[in-house]
Amino acid sequence: MFASYYKVKQTSLYMKTILVIGNGMVGYKFCEKLVAKAGNDAFNVIVFGEEPRPAYDRVHLSEYFADQDAERLSMAPRSWYQEYNIQLITNERVTDVHRDSKTITTITDKEYTYDFLVLATGSSPFVPPIPGVEKKGVFVYRTIEDLDATMAYAEEIKARKANGKAAILGGGLLGLEAGKAILDMNLSASVVEFAPRLMPRQLDNDASKVLQGKLEDIGIEILLNKATKQVLGDEYITGMDFGNNDVLEVDMLLVSAGIRPRDELAKTCGLEVGTRGGVVVNNFMKTSDESIFAIGECALLNQMIYGLVAPGYDMAAVAVDQILGEVETAMPKHIDMSTKLKLSGIDVASFGDALNETKKSETIVYENKFQGIYKKINVSKDGKSLLGGILVGDASDYNMLHQIFLNGMAIPENPEDLILGARGGEEASFGSVLDLPDTAVVCSCEAVTKGGICCKVEEGVTTVKEMAAANKATTGCGGCKPMVTDLINETLKSQGITVKETVCEHFDYSRQELYDLIKLKQIKSYEDLLATYGKGKLGCEVCKPVAASLFASIYNDTANEHNVIQDSNDKFLANIQRNGTYSVVPRVAGGEITPTQLIQIGEIAKKYDLYTKITGGQRIDMFGAQLHELPLIWKELIDYGFESGHAYGKSLRTVKSCVGSTWCRYGMDESVSFAIEMENRYKGIRSPHKFKGGVSGCIRECAEARCKDFGVIAVEGGWNLYVCGNGGANPRHAELLAEKIDNETVLKYTDRFIMYYIKTAGPLVRTAAWLDKIEGGIAHVKDVVVNDSLGICEMLEKDMAKLIDSYKCEWKQAIENIDGQNNRFTHFINSEETDNNIEFVSLRDQKMPKLWA
Amino acid sequence: MSAILETYKTVTEAEVKTWFKAAPVAKFPENGGACVKIDDKQIAVFNFTAEGKWYASQNVCPHKMEMVLSRGMIGEDCGTPKIACPLHKKTFSLKTGEDLNGEDYAIAVYPVKVKDGFVYIGIS
Ligand code: SRM
Ligand SMILES: Cc1cc2nc3c(=O)[nH]c(=O)nc-3n(C[C@H](O)[C@H](O)[C@H](O)COP(=O)(O)OP(=O)(O)OC[C@H]3O[C@@H](n4cnc5c(N)ncnc54)[C@H](O)[C@@H]3O)c2cc1C
Ligand code: SF4
Ligand code: FES
Repeated sequence: MFASYYKVKQTSLYMKTILVIGNGMVGYKFCEKLVAKAGNDAFNVIVFGEEPRPAYDRVHLSEYFADQDAERLSMAPRSWYQEYNIQLITNERVTDVHRDSKTITTITDKEYTYDFLVLATGSSPFVPPIPGVEKKGVFVYRTIEDLDATMAYAEEIKARKANGKAAILGGGLLGLEAGKAILDMNLSASVVEFAPRLMPRQLDNDASKVLQGKLEDIGIEILLNKATKQVLGDEYITGMDFGNNDVLEVDMLLVSAGIRPRDELAKTCGLEVGTRGGVVVNNFMKTSDESIFAIGECALLNQMIYGLVAPGYDMAAVAVDQILGEVETAMPKHIDMSTKLKLSGIDVASFGDALNETKKSETIVYENKFQGIYKKINVSKDGKSLLGGILVGDASDYNMLHQIFLNGMAIPENPEDLILGARGGEEASFGSVLDLPDTAVVCSCEAVTKGGICCKVEEGVTTVKEMAAANKATTGCGGCKPMVTDLINETLKSQGITVKETVCEHFDYSRQELYDLIKLKQIKSYEDLLATYGKGKLGCEVCKPVAASLFASIYNDTANEHNVIQDSNDKFLANIQRNGTYSVVPRVAGGEITPTQLIQIGEIAKKYDLYTKITGGQRIDMFGAQLHELPLIWKELIDYGFESGHAYGKSLRTVKSCVGSTWCRYGMDESVSFAIEMENRYKGIRSPHKFKGGVSGCIRECAEARCKDFGVIAVEGGWNLYVCGNGGANPRHAELLAEKIDNETVLKYTDRFIMYYIKTAGPLVRTAAWLDKIEGGIAHVKDVVVNDSLGICEMLEKDMAKLIDSYKCEWKQAIENIDGQNNRFTHFINSEETDNNIEFVSLRDQKMPKLWA
Repeated sequence: MSAILETYKTVTEAEVKTWFKAAPVAKFPENGGACVKIDDKQIAVFNFTAEGKWYASQNVCPHKMEMVLSRGMIGEDCGTPKIACPLHKKTFSLKTGEDLNGEDYAIAVYPVKVKDGFVYIGIS
């Protein structure tokens, strides 16, 4: 992309050439480590990759199912290779190695000469020779192309029939991950395993049973002890035959039955290979030819193929050192194969000698069938060290146990404390992360030690993001993030630094402190705020919206008044959609709408060809408006009497209602009227995060008021008021603030509650998360809001009254003040034309944006 | 999908062949961005009023190929002027075009000059 930035490649006659065959995770890591140590100009490096794209993160391949974003998985863009003078040739398989002439040839008959050759050809999925596996609908799971093919076929199945079914052959780590992916594609999933248990290499029977229960709970069928005799179907797979009339009908099969090292090049050029495959290497990663190395999943070390990235990365580092003449560097004797399953919601991990294969340990097991938890540790016979273990259902202690095992750390006198916690006291059974030895490898992908992390903290690193930039810790599989976070925080604490929640690098103040400063000093603009209390001249996308929100909460300034510091949605008073168009949501207080209003909305939506949908918030959303159409559409809405619904703001969204005593035979009070009153009372008020309300006419709770930031439910003798609930990512039920109170008291307490939240919460913290952080929890909030324990209720009420009284519809304001010279609602500043990049496709008689590639 | 990205290449001050006359300074929002059409291309221009500086980049976000960067928020990251995309908040340096969150996206950037009250964008 930046042609001009690349240096012209200079190859000198004396420069040695390294050819790397295979641009997978390990091949890439080799390049990265080589240039990090030797710079760009020490070697002439050429990398060959058979796949069409540069190396990507295969470990997180399953994430591709979710967003089909191949770039996000990329290890480094093409420009990275160019920047470091590495010639990357993708889509080109190497077909022969000629050791005599030290040359290789590729599929297109190109020839290259090498001084050093590095085989990083990885492995391919093993497909057992079952009759019929060549049928259409049978896939493997290794590359992005495999996933594309699998997804395309899944779509075909879904187009053909309603309840498509897929099977996964193999119940190992990968197979289970594939099972979940299949489920997410809305096909039913059955995992077929030959062995009597799941993850046979990592788990014992009892652990497998607990895991099986968990998987069945999320809807994955588990079939054990099944040997597949043949794949059924004519051209396409229709089923699997296990013999004895035992048949499983399936539309698709994903084979995940292990891997086979890709040693075909090594074989044909006469390098030594193992009897069951794999390029034989010694501890220096050298093959039987001095100038040829093999690393990653193609290498057979200690007669083992290590099918994990961390050992592969270590191998890459060893090969680099060997080539650079650091001949002492070798692979460690013991190679750690501990693993943690990456299935969200299902915790499974095993480490060390999990199955007690060495028979050197005594075993302690804890099992809780109610909660589906199984924990097992293997402790040395003298009770002094931890040799391995298995965790299912709750693997939160995995990182710490794994470290104790790796570093041979001392264990408690009663080893069972490791899995049960020290009973009787509050103390954790295994001290603090700071007890780890400095040499403990915390991030195994990048081989960063505890010492390496703590010393960066001492140099000033305070966040995981900065740590990743400083030493790459957490940038591999990411499994070490919790531990790295703990280490950063603990080290900071040990230095006596309290971790202060400042807004961002531009302000050394929390949101609450800024609220007080702005109010006290009557600061009215962002520039003033930055100049008086901030750092630098520009600020960023974090502190600007915080300031905008504070100006709104203190002076009720609308988003029009500070439009360049507003979040993009606030700036344009609309939510940006997938293709850069916007949505339009007028307020429909309490969800009550007249037939005339419905027709008016319908007319406008028709005129501007907008997609319409009833939202989860009991109102109507019109999608697909282009930027320049927003003022036109809103002008028409306002002329009909509609107002902004603030669907884009961190502000009151909706107050949902049920129909209540107006119509409902069980209704105890007029929930619709009260919801409308509350919605109109708090509309337009900006807060740390969005907030929502609900009013139900009886305890059947049809308005879902207890899933809201404030919720009101009619009961015998008045209303019950609940606060701090939400749906969304972490659903929380609201908690009772006051019982059997009248309308006036509900409003009084709600005023105080919202204002207290606005004043004290951090940026983008919703009421439930705010409550979590308050010492004393709901009892404290009750004390402040109901009993006025801080003596601030009068102020809270007054501040709230000011906000309520100064409400204006900001869309009305925006339209009245459109400035022809400086109109933010135009796509181009120098042309009347509109964005011709926007494409719509049709969908059930309406339209939608074209899907993202 | 990358076809559209291929049409935007960083231009350095030295490579400028034409200075495209975009619009009068007064039409640009202070401390914000606007989109300029140059033939078939969309260029986002950012007015860093607080510093008296101007920057320009492709308007298309390399993440999802939508023409939206001019509607993002400007700011700085340890001294580097940056733009945050309004869609997923990926942030890019307006000096080099690199993705400041360490991901593998990059945008093309262009020189800007202001003369006699007009904003000009350098193209090659
Ligand atoms: C349109 C709508 C979906 C629909 O078609 O029904 C919707 C759409 C969006 N929701 Fe929602 N939510 C909608 C009802 C809900 C509800 C249901 C409700 O309000 O009863 C919930 C769960 C209840 C809750 O909030 O507690 C809900 C929980 C979320 C969350 C998770 C919040 C949380 O605390 O976990 C987000 C993300 C966020 O705000 O950070 C979100 C964010 C969004 C955003 C703003 C995402 C975005 O940034 O683009 C969507 C854009 C809306 C737009 O373009 O207009 N939406 N969203 C609903 C609009 C309601 C309205 O009339 O204003
Ligand atoms: C879905 C999935 C999940 C995984 N999860 C984990 C996990 O959680 N933890 C973990 O540690 N590991 C995991 N792994 C394993 C991990 O991805 C591998 O250990 C790692 O990718 C091995 O790297 P490699 O470079 O040796 O091989 P690869 O990444 O396979 O790269 C080899 C490359 O060489 C190319 N190639 C082969 N022959 C030639 C030739 N002749 N010419 C040119 N190019 C050639 C191949 O096309 C390939 O691109 C997972 C793997 C998969 C598929
Ligand atoms: S909550 Fe009560 S009043 Fe409301 S609809 Fe349900 S039953 Fe009727
Ligand atoms: S489209 Fe710009 S960040 Fe996603």
